Amino acid sequence: MGDHHHGPAKGLSRWLFTTNHKDIGTMYLWFSFSMFILGGAFAMIIRAELFQPGMQLIEPAFFNQMTTLHGLIMVFGAIMPSFVGLANWMIPMMIGAPDMALPRMNNWSFWILPPTFLLLASTLFVDGGAPAFGWTFYAPLSTTYAPPSVTFFIFSVHILGLSSIMGSINIIATVMNMRAPGMTYMKMPLFVWTWLITAFLLVAVMPVLAGAVTMMLMDIHFGTSFFSAAGGGDPVLFQHVFWFFGHPEVYIIILPAFGVVSQIIPAFARKPLFGYDSMVYATASIAFLSFIVWAHHMYTVGMPVAGELFFMYATMLIAVPTGVKVFNWVSTMWRGSMTFETPMLFSMGFLILFTIGGFTGLMLSIAPADFQYHDSYFVVAHFHYVMVAGAVFSMTAAVYYWLPKWCGKMYNENMGKTHFWISFIGFNLAFFPQHFVGLAGMPRRIPDYALQFADFNMMSSIGAFIYGASQIMFLYNVIATIVAGTPTSEEKVWEGAEGLEWSIPTPAPYHTFETPPQVK
Amino acid sequence: MCFEAKRLYQLALGPVLMLMSMISAGAWADDAEASTVNMTAGVTSVGQSIYDLHMIILWICVIIGLLVFGVMFYSIYYHRKSRGVTPATFHESTTVEIAWTVVPFFILIAMAVPATTTLLEIYDFEDAELDIMVTGYQWKWKYEYLDENGENVAFFSNLRTPQSEIYNTEAKGEHYLLEVDEPVVIPVNTKVRFLVTANDVIHSWWVPELAVKKDAIPGFINETWTLPTKEGVYRGQCAELCGKDHGFMPIVVNVVSKEEYSEWLSAKQKDAAQTKELMAQTFSLEEQMSRGKGVYDRSCLACHGANGEGGVGLPIAGSPVATGEVGTHLEVGINGVAGTAMQAFGGQLNDVDMAAVITYQRNAFGNNMGDMVQPIDVFNHKKGQ
Repeated sequence: MGDHHHGPAKGLSRWLFTTNHKDIGTMYLWFSFSMFILGGAFAMIIRAELFQPGMQLIEPAFFNQMTTLHGLIMVFGAIMPSFVGLANWMIPMMIGAPDMALPRMNNWSFWILPPTFLLLASTLFVDGGAPAFGWTFYAPLSTTYAPPSVTFFIFSVHILGLSSIMGSINIIATVMNMRAPGMTYMKMPLFVWTWLITAFLLVAVMPVLAGAVTMMLMDIHFGTSFFSAAGGGDPVLFQHVFWFFGHPEVYIIILPAFGVVSQIIPAFARKPLFGYDSMVYATASIAFLSFIVWAHHMYTVGMPVAGELFFMYATMLIAVPTGVKVFNWVSTMWRGSMTFETPMLFSMGFLILFTIGGFTGLMLSIAPADFQYHDSYFVVAHFHYVMVAGAVFSMTAAVYYWLPKWCGKMYNENMGKTHFWISFIGFNLAFFPQHFVGLAGMPRRIPDYALQFADFNMMSSIGAFIYGASQIMFLYNVIATIVAGTPTSEEKVWEGAEGLEWSIPTPAPYHTFETPPQVK
Repeated sequence: MCFEAKRLYQLALGPVLMLMSMISAGAWADDAEASTVNMTAGVTSVGQSIYDLHMIILWICVIIGLLVFGVMFYSIYYHRKSRGVTPATFHESTTVEIAWTVVPFFILIAMAVPATTTLLEIYDFEDAELDIMVTGYQWKWKYEYLDENGENVAFFSNLRTPQSEIYNTEAKGEHYLLEVDEPVVIPVNTKVRFLVTANDVIHSWWVPELAVKKDAIPGFINETWTLPTKEGVYRGQCAELCGKDHGFMPIVVNVVSKEEYSEWLSAKQKDAAQTKELMAQTFSLEEQMSRGKGVYDRSCLACHGANGEGGVGLPIAGSPVATGEVGTHLEVGINGVAGTAMQAFGGQLNDVDMAAVITYQRNAFGNNMGDMVQPIDVFNHKKGQ
C-alpha cells in the first residue's frame, strides 16, 4: 500500500476535493465567518437607518430586504455552519476517531453551501429585489405578494436544508460508530452529546421546512392554495408548519453552544463539570420540549384558549432544564480555581447574557403578557440575547479556546480580552435598550419610528456599530495568530483542559487517531 | 428644544438610566402618560392584569437573576487562581440537583395561575355592546361599525404624516407616524368587540393602551375586545410585517363619552347619505381632477409613485391601461389584478372617488387622454354593464 502518512494535496484541489474533517471544518468556519460579516453589514445598514427618526439612507422596500437577508444569512449562513465546522474539527478528535464516518458526503455538504448563498445574495440585484418578507417568510406576503426572487429563495432553502441533513447524518453516524474503545455514551464530552442531539433535531425538522417552501412553490407557480383562504387553504397553516421547524431550529442553534461552554468553563475553573448526567438529560429534555411548543410564536393568530394554555404551559416547562444547565455551570465555577483568559470571558459573557435572554423568554411564554410583547422590539432584544450573546459568544469562545490546538500558535491574549470587553459593552448597548422601546410599544421590522423611541434607538445603533467594529479586531487577531502567532507545541494548551483532543500533538496533525486511543 | 435637550441628557446618562429604569420600572408606569421604558397598564382592566402579570414575572426573574449572578460573582472573586485557591473536586450532588429541578417547577406553577386567569378573562368575548369590523389593507385600516341602527358606517384610516416629514424636509410633528386622517371612535365604559381580518396579507392590530393585539388574517375573522375606562386618544401600529409600508399604517382610537359618540355616529351617517347623493351627479374635469389627486395621493401613491412613475406597482405615466380603453382601466381599478399586489379598489373607494381617480390617472402625468369617468360609469361597470 505504500506510505499512508501523507499531508494534504497542494493548491486549490486540496480544498475542492478534500475529505479531511479538519480541512472541511476549516472551510465551514471561514465560510460562516464571511457570512457573519455579510449579515453583519446588513445589520449595520439597518441600524444606520434607524439611527434617527425619518428615512435618511434607504427606502422602506430595501429596508425589508435588509432585515430579511440579515436574518436568513445569520441563521442559516453564519451560526449553523459555524457549529457544523466546529463539529467537523472537534468531534473526531474528541471521540478518538480518525475522521468523520462519511467523508465524501462531508465534502459535498460543505461545497453546496457557497453557491446557495451566492444565489440568495444575488437576488439583491434582480428585478423586484431580494426577498422582503422577513426571515420567517409568512404567507401570503411570501407567496402571492412576494417579489419574483422568492423562487430563488425557495431553491436556496432546499439546498441548505439538504446540506444540513447530510451534515447531521454524518455526525450521527460518526458519534454512533466511531467512538474509541471505552468511550461509552456517558463518557462523551458534552459538546459531542449536544451535537448528537442537535443532529437528530436537524434530521427531524429540516424536511418540514422543505415541505413548507415546497408548498409555497406550488402556491406560487402551480396554482395550489395551501396558504390562500381564497382557494380553501389557510395562511396560518404556514405558520404552524414553519414554527414546527422554527422552534427546534432555535435549539439547533443553542445546544451546540451549550456544549462549547460546558467544555470551556471546567477547563478554566480547573474543576470537572458539575452534574454531567443531568446536563445530558437536560439537553435531551429541551430537545423533546422543543417539538411541542411551536405555537408560542403564534399566540396572537387567534388560537382557541385550550391551545394557548397548552403551549403556554409547555413553553414555561423549558425553564426547568434550562435552569438546571445554568445552575450546573455556576456550580462548576464554585470553589474552582479560576483564571479568565479570553475563552473563559466569552463563556461567562454567554452565561450572564444567555440567562437574561432566558428570563425574557420566560416572560414571553406567558400568553396574556405576550399579547403586549408579541412582534415588538422586546422580542428582537430577547432573541438577540439568545442568538448573539448565546450562540455567537460561545462560538467566539470556541475559536479562542481551540485555535492554538488547530494552528499550533497562540493568539494575542490582550487583544482577545479587549475584543471581549468591546463586544460585551457594544452588545449590551445595542440590545438592552431594545427591551425598553419594545415594552413602550415599538413594533419590530419598521424602517422608521415615532419620536418617543428616538433616544434608545440612537443608543442601540451606536452599540451595534461598536459590536460590529469589534469583530474586525477578532478577524485581525485570528489572521495574525495563523500567520505570526507565538508558536506553541504544548499538547495541553490550557492547564485545566480535559479530553482526547488535548492528548494529540499541537498543532493537530493532518491525520489524528489513525489507531484509536484506549479510553479507560 | 425640549426634545433635543432631553435626548442629550438621556444619551449621556444612557447606561445609568438603563439600570435605574429597570429598577424603578414599577414607579414609571403609574404615570398616566405611557412610559418610554416599560409596558403600559393602559386604560382597561385587562391591560392592568397584563401589566401586573408582567411586573410579577419581571421581579421573579430579577430576584432569581440576582441570586444566580450573586453566587457567580462571589465565585469569580473568591475562587480565583490568583488568590492561590486549590480547586475542589466535587462534580455532583443528587440532593442539590433534585432541589433545583423541583423548586423552579413550583415557581412556574405560581406564575401559571395568574397567567391562566388573565388569559381566560381575555377570551371572554360575551356581551359586547358594539361590534367593529377591522380590516387590514396594504397599508391602511378599514373600520366598519356593524350593529348600529340605520346606515352602516365604514371608512378607511390612512397615515396622515406627510412625506415631507418622513423625508426630513419638514420638522416632525408631535405624533409623527402615529396620526391618521380618520380615527376609530368608540364610547368609553363600553365593551367593544373587534372582528379583525385582512384583505391581502397578514397584518396585526395593536393598541398597547387598550391591551389589544390580534392578527388580521386574510380569509379568517379573529375576535378581540376592549373596555376602556378613560377617555382619550390611544395610538398603535400594525405589528405584523405586511410589506413595504408596514411601518406606516398606524392606528388611532378616540375613546369619547357616550354622548359624543352618538353625535359622531350620526354625523358619519349623514356623510354617508351625502356621498350617496354625489353618486348621482355629473362632475366637470376640474372637479374630477382635484378630487382625483386627493384620492390618488391616499390610495395609489404608495405603490405607483407621486408622479405616476411606478415603484412596487407599474408606472401610471404612459401606461397602456391609463392611456388605453376606459373599460379596461375601470376593470383594473375596481377588481384589481389577480395574483399581484394590485388590489381590488372597488370595495375601498366609493364610486365618486373611483370615478375621480380614474379620470385623474387618465389626464395627469402627461397622459392627457382628455376623457372622463363619471360615478354612474363606475356603478354600471360594477353591475357588469
